[in-house]
Amino acid sequence: MTDFVLKRIVALLLPFVQMFGMYVIFHGHLSPGGSFSGGIITGLGLIAFSLVFGLDRGTEKITDRMTTLIESFGALWYGAMGLVGVLRGSAFLMNKGSGVPLGEPGKLYSGGLIILITLGVGLKVGSTMVTLFTALMEEEG
Amino acid sequence: MSLQMVDFLNIMFLSFLIVIAIAVSYVRDLLYAAILLGAYSVTMALIWLLMSAPDLAITEAAAGIGMTTLMIAVISKTGREEE
Repeated sequence: MTDFVLKRIVALLLPFVQMFGMYVIFHGHLSPGGSFSGGIITGLGLIAFSLVFGLDRGTEKITDRMTTLIESFGALWYGAMGLVGVLRGSAFLMNKGSGVPLGEPGKLYSGGLIILITLGVGLKVGSTMVTLFTALMEEEG
Repeated sequence: MSLQMVDFLNIMFLSFLIVIAIAVSYVRDLLYAAILLGAYSVTMALIWLLMSAPDLAITEAAAGIGMTTLMIAVISKTGREEE
């Protein structure tokens, strides 16, 4: 697709879409949304880029190796955040009971480890969407 | 028993959902089926919103848009006709 209007609109809209996705991820414990929907929104922004600018330029920006690394990092990050509770002498994924400071209710930092866990899940979901798209769209052979 | 505005909306959206679900089994063109999937997920998101579950509504809308985009991208590669 080589339409001028499409390209300019996507180039203007892409940073705001990514920012909205990050907003939904980070405010998952305060407002509607969460890591899953925020990750899908973030991945959809990148999919729109590859759809309009062509798959070659898309995979040039976000290579297969990068999505693999981000996906594995998300899963390992979730496990590492779970081990924080074990290392502090309590159960796996224990949040308040292991003595993590919880912060102020209603503010952005108000859930202890929740915000870090949702960051990992959001990264994993977003990179999975991009991987699905490139796996379905790339040419045979 | 008096019907309220919410009940009318509920009945309208649920009957629309049934119509889409029946229509998707009659459609032979894969592109129409993908568009019906998008319509289904938007209607479902509105129903979640009426049931005051905005969390599920935003997830349903995002996942529906993502899946519809993927389906249409694949259909543009493989062709519209069902074998």
